[in-house]
Amino acid sequence: MLLTVTTTHTPATDLGYLLHKHPDRVQEFKQSFGTVTVFYPEATRERCTVALALDVDPLRLARSRTKNAPDFSLAQYVNDRSYAASSLLAVAMADVFSTARSGRCDSRQELADSAIPLEIVIPVLPCRGGPEVAHRLFEPLGWTVEAEPIPLDDAFAEWGDSRYVRLRLTGLVRLADALNQLHVLLPVLDESEHYWQGPDEVDKLMRSGEGWLASHPEADLITRRYLGRRGGLTRVALARLAELGDEVEDAVEPSEDEEVLQPEEKRVPLNTQRHEAVHQALLDLGARSVIDLGCGPGQFLDRLVKTPAFTRIAGSDVSTRSLQHAARRLRVERMSERQAERVQLFQSALTYEDERFAGFDAAVLMEVVEHVDPPRLEALERVVFGAARPGAVVVTTPNAEYNALYEGLVGMRHPDHRFEWTRAELGDWSDRVASTYGYQVERRGIGDLDETLGNPTQMAIFTRKEDSDD
Amino acid sequence: MTEAPKRQVTLPAMGLVVLVGVSGSGKSTFARTHFKPTEVVSSDFCRGLVADDENDQSATPDAFDVLHYIVGTRLRRGLLTVVDATNVQKPDRASLIKLAKSHDVLVDAVVIDVPDSVAIERNERRADRNFGSHVITRQHRDLKRSMARLTKEGFRRVHVLRGTDEVDAVEIVRERPWNDRRDLHGPFDLIGDVHGCASELRTLLSELGWKIDYDGTAAVDATHPDGRQAVFVGDLVDRGPDTPGVLRLVMGMVASGNAICVSGNHEAKLVRALKGSKVTVSHGLAESLAQLEAEPEEFRAQALGFMDRLISHYVLDDGRLVVAHAGLKESYHGRSSGRVRSFALYGDTTGETDEYGLPVRYPWAQDYRGQAMVVYGHTPVPKAEWVNNTICLDTGVVFGGALTALRYPERAIVSVPAEKEWYEPVRPLVPAVGDREPAVLRISDVAGTRWLETTHAGKVKVPEENAAAALEIMSRFAVDPRWLVYLPPTMSPVATSTREGFLEHPEQAFEEYAGWGVTRVVCEEKHMGSRAIAVIAKDADAAERRFGVGDGTAGVVYTRTGRPFFADTSELVDRLRTTAAPLFESLDTDWLALDCELLPWSAKALPLIKVQYASVGAAARRVLPEALDVLESAKRRGLDVEALIAKTVRRRDNSEAFRDAYAAYVRPTDGLDGVTLAPFQILACEGRALALTEPHDWHLAELAKLEGDLITPTRHRFVDLSSPEERDAATQWWLDLTASGGEGMVVKPAHLTEGRVQPGIKVRGREYLRIIYGPDYTDSLDVLRQRHLGKKRQLAQREHGLGLDALSAFVDHEPLWKVHQAVFAVLALESEPVDPRL
Repeated sequence: MLLTVTTTHTPATDLGYLLHKHPDRVQEFKQSFGTVTVFYPEATRERCTVALALDVDPLRLARSRTKNAPDFSLAQYVNDRSYAASSLLAVAMADVFSTARSGRCDSRQELADSAIPLEIVIPVLPCRGGPEVAHRLFEPLGWTVEAEPIPLDDAFAEWGDSRYVRLRLTGLVRLADALNQLHVLLPVLDESEHYWQGPDEVDKLMRSGEGWLASHPEADLITRRYLGRRGGLTRVALARLAELGDEVEDAVEPSEDEEVLQPEEKRVPLNTQRHEAVHQALLDLGARSVIDLGCGPGQFLDRLVKTPAFTRIAGSDVSTRSLQHAARRLRVERMSERQAERVQLFQSALTYEDERFAGFDAAVLMEVVEHVDPPRLEALERVVFGAARPGAVVVTTPNAEYNALYEGLVGMRHPDHRFEWTRAELGDWSDRVASTYGYQVERRGIGDLDETLGNPTQMAIFTRKEDSDD
Repeated sequence: MTEAPKRQVTLPAMGLVVLVGVSGSGKSTFARTHFKPTEVVSSDFCRGLVADDENDQSATPDAFDVLHYIVGTRLRRGLLTVVDATNVQKPDRASLIKLAKSHDVLVDAVVIDVPDSVAIERNERRADRNFGSHVITRQHRDLKRSMARLTKEGFRRVHVLRGTDEVDAVEIVRERPWNDRRDLHGPFDLIGDVHGCASELRTLLSELGWKIDYDGTAAVDATHPDGRQAVFVGDLVDRGPDTPGVLRLVMGMVASGNAICVSGNHEAKLVRALKGSKVTVSHGLAESLAQLEAEPEEFRAQALGFMDRLISHYVLDDGRLVVAHAGLKESYHGRSSGRVRSFALYGDTTGETDEYGLPVRYPWAQDYRGQAMVVYGHTPVPKAEWVNNTICLDTGVVFGGALTALRYPERAIVSVPAEKEWYEPVRPLVPAVGDREPAVLRISDVAGTRWLETTHAGKVKVPEENAAAALEIMSRFAVDPRWLVYLPPTMSPVATSTREGFLEHPEQAFEEYAGWGVTRVVCEEKHMGSRAIAVIAKDADAAERRFGVGDGTAGVVYTRTGRPFFADTSELVDRLRTTAAPLFESLDTDWLALDCELLPWSAKALPLIKVQYASVGAAARRVLPEALDVLESAKRRGLDVEALIAKTVRRRDNSEAFRDAYAAYVRPTDGLDGVTLAPFQILACEGRALALTEPHDWHLAELAKLEGDLITPTRHRFVDLSSPEERDAATQWWLDLTASGGEGMVVKPAHLTEGRVQPGIKVRGREYLRIIYGPDYTDSLDVLRQRHLGKKRQLAQREHGLGLDALSAFVDHEPLWKVHQAVFAVLALESEPVDPRL
């Protein structure tokens, strides 16, 4: 991967002093993941360019990973790390030009303190969010930004652009600032996880961001992305299975948000309304013990835990990652024994009979059934209504009719939805389930009511008929 | 000195032995002499475990908690366990007796009674024993007080050894429980409830090939020319026309060793009646009593003795077969206790009675997950049907049904109809289980760390985290488990080549197989697509009949992770069914499972190709030419960058080669247009687990019958490994194949093999490997050659075995959970961290 920095300040060769690297030498620096070469393709009085080439050794990279975070997916070996300007380049650059980044230059301190004309070229830069994000990040810092998308493969034009851009920045900027900005913003643009994220990342961000980050209009995005890159801890096994099935890993990631295809301003209020409606339904049913089947990251569980009326609460989900999130949200680690006895979390799947589902006053299936393939619904019905047989079951699911009111929505509200029901379809299904398993059912809507299309979410409340209780 | 006569002490081979004796009486020495160290659990040791001091009396309650836990766990696992503690007080013994009973094992006491003086002297010699002689005296007093009533406390036997001479002269004999007949291996003919239907019994035996011996007109024994043994599941008597006739024949067969017999509840009650106990004369007991009344006194006495000695269940054939009249849950197999006997005789009764006044029974067979086959009778059913590896053979002959036998190990059912309705049934016969093949599995069938006993892969461990990942994929994406009869195993690459420029080369494959004793191999073209398993039924009726799927679908095509290939695979299934018509015909089956590759790769993997491969290509092909420009400029300035330029040129060429490698597997498809299947093995069809029974040349020949647009044939050739010419020719074939963009080949034994031979190894082409090892892998061959195949090969073998287990379980009509467990384990093992480039 490659990065060039050019100045037209006169004399341009002063760049050598600022960087503490002589323009007539080719210098190599060893990094744990490869070798950095610094050389000057151009060094005249008018124009001087330094090139920083990082030769990543993918084998060493892979091996050094194994020690700390074993990542046994193929993507680890065939990846863009050797070609694209990633967080690796940021790390290498920060190291090789560490003195220049500090803004110290004994022989040319005044120049080091001044803004000079600079041109920075990164031939291949992964740009999460598209070229537009590069503009948003660099322009407020005084750069003129050219971000030219790179096509995926010329022979397959229909594939469109890759996630890379060729980035060219020009502007009048102090060199130390330019280097610090790259140090922070390259990882922010990088899609892949950072390779050596240590506990001191916050300090690093503070140091490199000094003087420009706080006032940056996108400071929030930058901070979130810089610190929020995910570690590859628990996903190894799942990533392998994804590859095995010729899938992209994201395709098997559990969805943390319902209706992700909806804009935030519609999604959040509906989410809250839904939680409130189900919560109220549980209270009205007089349920003391509740199990949230498919609890996801535990948003609704949190609400249940905060309600003293519920004396026993359980959450189960098929995704261990979601359960980890739920445990963190509920602070399970810090619960006293008494609290911990009240709340249980466990992995399960709704198509397998599970003794742990039994013995609750009420079970919640909130936005769950539509994630089950229709031929497998029958198994879910038997598991929940036939075997676990809670006193009541509260089901919510999208109302497909209402989708017509969502602007620009094609298909369903979430990529993992296997179906979305009209009100009549939920009616048929819930009537059949109720009569098969000895329940009564009542249906309601949740969210803003449309006269003809109904509410965005529909709810079915099943209560067990006592006389059929064997 | 004369040798003291040996005193034999007979202890249960499986159960609990409680040593009783004062401190210093020599219990530990006795235990050490006669038992394995792991069989003995001592209170001193447990005190040490919890207190770091074997004499810390304050730790005694905790120490006994630990002791009980260890003893309980061992008993649950069926191990003989000896408790080395003084046990001179009744409450201590009582808690151990209770523990033994809770695990349904026998418990014996061995009392070691030596004079006070000996014990006191021994304790004084031990530096770590600091208690005074009064303790011993007190213990001795407790022991004396206990002795009289010891036999009433619940021990099966109490063995008292008096004095050091007797203790030293003891010989321990371990006695197997009477129900343990693992030494009998059959073959068996297991026969259901006869209920006095002597004529039908004779007919059935003749049908099964038995030769009946007569004494005058009375049948008194039967022998089978093939040395088969008959096993009666009890209820020989009552209700029917000739209880004495049945007893006479069965008693004769048991006496001659031609049969064994367990007790039914009717025998138990008849015994009580004959012994003069007050019993309600109902359920056909009156008939037996009347018929026996007509027999001579001597016969009645014999019959009473015979029935009185019958035990309630047998464990046969190394534990693979269990026979009990009313069935037996797994934790009771081989156990002895009142409740085990009661379960075996009457079933898992709930204590309630139904509308006909008959006891309500818990359907234990539906929960049964044991390895052993359980054969029983007791509850009349219209037809003998398998439920989780258990089967009820009582087909109600006395009620006008049939008398049924099961041939073991063949699993064949043989029935003869009743000659008439001999006795009016109280209630109509109902099937044992409502749902024949429930689609719902239990979480406990798959979750958590599991050890699977498999036929084709030995004992396989599935770690919990792998099971968790598999559960996520399986439950969110996989097809209905009733279709999921198989998942393909991983395959190891060939041993690494040292040949210049190659990481993998055919020659190593030939060498390896020759080394494993294989004489002939088949080289199959390795299609670069997506692995696909096709399970197709002849029509929706066949699907419902054989797979229990009644929603009108008649087949599926799924990926290596069990996911359907397209949102709706029915069109693909329909086309494949039409194409595969010759196979349905020649194999005389109404369903087929095929192992295939679905082509092109891009049909399924396009998102992956774009994200993972094309992106890398795009980045490389953009940055490397630009880097070259910059380097050329530096060179023009006189900088020494020659080596860098050379390397960059090489990398640029590699990146072009990498791009060509993945692009070769991209072909435009539109729906099913352009999609083909390349089947290379017929996994199974009705009655035959073909992957297990047929060699690869058979599979390829059968598959060659398939024609049509849907099929891409699998090019292949056979190689006699002793022929250098054939090996060279095959190598050339591989070179040509891979030079024109082929992925490589798979080498498999051409004949069936035994033992630990890899089922197949792949030899991948030099250019293809760029998309696996990275564009520049050819520059690092020396490093890459240090790869380790051990774990991959172990997994390949295990997953292969598990797949065969799943297929044969399905073919043999075993319960769904058994098939699913094996399939699930394959998926779980696939998430195991091994080098993904292998």
